[in-house]
Amino acid sequence: MKVLVAVKRVIDYNVKIRVKADNTGVETANVKMSMNPFDEIAVEEALRMKEKGLATEVIAFSAGPAQCQETIRTALAMGADRGILVQTDAELQPLAVAKLLKAVVDKEQPGLVIVGKQAIDDDSNQTGQMLAALLGWSQGTFANKLHLADGSAEVKREVDGGLENIKIKLPAVITTDLRLNEPRYASLPNIMKAKKKPIETLAPDALGVDVAPRLKTLKVEEPPKRKAGIKVKTVAELVDKLRNEAGVI
Amino acid sequence: MAILVVAAHDGKTVRANVSSAVAAATQMGSDVHVLVAGSNAGEAAKSAAAIAGVAKVLQAEDAAYANWLAEDIAPLVVKLAPGYSHIVMAADSVGKNIAPRVAALLDVAQISEAIQVVSPDTFVRPIYAGNAMATVQSGDKIKVVTIRPTNFKAGAGGGSAPIEQTAGGAASGLSSFVGAELSKSERPELTSAKIVVSGGRGLASGENFKMLEALADKLGAGLGASRAAVDAGYVPNDYQVGQTGKVVAPDLYIAIGISGAIQHLAGMKDSKTIVAINKDEEAPIFQVADYGIVGDLFQIVPELTAAVEKK
Ligand SMILES: Cc1cc2nc3c(=O)[nH]c(=O)nc-3n(C[C@H](O)[C@H](O)[C@H](O)COP(=O)(O)OP(=O)(O)OC[C@H]3O[C@@H](n4cnc5c(N)ncnc54)[C@H](O)[C@@H]3O)c2cc1C
Ligand SMILES: Cc1cc2nc3c(=O)[nH]c(=O)nc-3n(C[C@H](O)[C@H](O)[C@H](O)COP(=O)(O)OP(=O)(O)OC[C@H]3O[C@@H](n4cnc5c(N)ncnc54)[C@H](O)[C@@H]3O)c2cc1C
Repeated sequence: MKVLVAVKRVIDYNVKIRVKADNTGVETANVKMSMNPFDEIAVEEALRMKEKGLATEVIAFSAGPAQCQETIRTALAMGADRGILVQTDAELQPLAVAKLLKAVVDKEQPGLVIVGKQAIDDDSNQTGQMLAALLGWSQGTFANKLHLADGSAEVKREVDGGLENIKIKLPAVITTDLRLNEPRYASLPNIMKAKKKPIETLAPDALGVDVAPRLKTLKVEEPPKRKAGIKVKTVAELVDKLRNEAGVI
Repeated sequence: MAILVVAAHDGKTVRANVSSAVAAATQMGSDVHVLVAGSNAGEAAKSAAAIAGVAKVLQAEDAAYANWLAEDIAPLVVKLAPGYSHIVMAADSVGKNIAPRVAALLDVAQISEAIQVVSPDTFVRPIYAGNAMATVQSGDKIKVVTIRPTNFKAGAGGGSAPIEQTAGGAASGLSSFVGAELSKSERPELTSAKIVVSGGRGLASGENFKMLEALADKLGAGLGASRAAVDAGYVPNDYQVGQTGKVVAPDLYIAIGISGAIQHLAGMKDSKTIVAINKDEEAPIFQVADYGIVGDLFQIVPELTAAVEKK
């Protein structure tokens, strides 16, 4: 069984982002970019399947500008076998990414697709569910544990009240939550090896996908700033403030 | 055209955030219908009919709807969708699971976690962990929107909308529910609690969270945590507050042994009053706290618990 994983290039989670002065978006020039943390978890899960003999090949997919090559290389250095880059400078929204992923699934016929539950830039939490819908596949979202059995998968999901167990038919789409695993770091020899692994580059047109955005971003603004308050010295002072100034206890 | 709110429920009542979804929906248009799907969902349908502003409740009965599997609920919503301009769900783990599936089946975009309805086709939503606010406009015929409940004041009760039965489709057979491991708690639910006591890595163990429980019980508060505390196994995953956990906006949020990473702030910085207890006076949490107290939490928390009156 092939496993396809999606890896998105995003602004590193440690960067304090800045809204552009003209309010058209967020400053991405000269900012450190990394693989979306949830996608590192997706890659790790696929690699563990391969190591257990449950998967034959791990393919890393990314969509976006040429620099997404680097994100794919990171996945290859972690251990993925090959990469597919759908290269475009167009703005990609989740529905478009899901359609690109579907086109690649049609071509590659993986038995499982693993994506992150949410990309930490746009915070949409949509792509995996949309892909499952387009394929008519089952979905195991917010996965905390994944167990493959004959033709099906048992998924422990992180939900509002705790955890939920479902059984889904394969092929399926899985979206990763934080506790699914702890992703490995790429070792230096593996980083060197990854340079020789193949990356296929495709264009959205060649896949027959129209990626035109459905949502128009009218403006992007700074959120209202919270002003820092005061430091109190004692618990008695704190309780007094909460009771008599804030009126919350 | 009418608006369809898709309600999650526990078999007896719809979730509290359905009222918020209805409140958001009334800002998108006037004729708000609520879909209550389930197996024995009669009581839940009644609770939806009582929400002010609801014009009609659609009840869909089927064994396949009992556990809110996206593969079965999404086709039902899609079948009803042509009669509606908007499909609205609360951005909780049910809405996040189902709404994108509905949107893709309709070939439309989905707007995630709207915090403001600017006009029927334009919404404000946080991106980058709430460090930027995007105003987005949808050109799609049907708008599928999840809303962040903390940003829409739940309406009153007292409504008495008619309840209509609607037929569902066949089960997809793609997935089945096995069981749930829900955290049991007598405390108020995190996202609707008026006061939240939250602990981080500074607590150093799950055992030490008992100290926070004592404070929470005295204040009638819900209990939350940082990702670090969840990852370390101090508390279950549903306690996590933040960008990739729950978003809360109580009257009072007490952050204890939490440094204040942007991913954590994303989930609590809209709280009315924030208190931070941390031994590091440089901790970023103090930049958003109304009242900060620098010191050892193992000393301060018991003192605070003793000083507040039981609610
Ligand atoms: C050049 C460019 C400019 C953009 N400008 C803007 C802008 O100004 N404003 C704006 O709002 N949006 C903009 N976007 C789009 C935005 O950054 C998101 O890519 C898009 O909305 C998808 O949302 P998401 O990644 O949060 O989806 P989610 O559904 O949260 O993503 C979940 C998972 O899907 C997979 N995935 C998603 N996208 C990709 C991808 N491209 N490649 C591989 N895997 C993926 C990953 O596994 C990810 O973890 C731009 C995109 C590009 C490429
Ligand atoms: C993709 C991604 C998603 C994430 N999502 C979330 C999320 O949703 N929610 C979230 O919370 N985090 C999230 N994080 C993690 C986040 O970046 C931080 O790592 C995390 O919030 C830190 O938790 P903490 O404040 O408990 O721990 P730390 O940063 O280690 O802080 C512990 C604090 O406790 C204080 N302390 C220690 N001992 C004492 C004592 N005895 N008395 C008083 N103070 C003490 C220390 O001074 C310190 O400030 C995410 C990260 C990533 C990469």
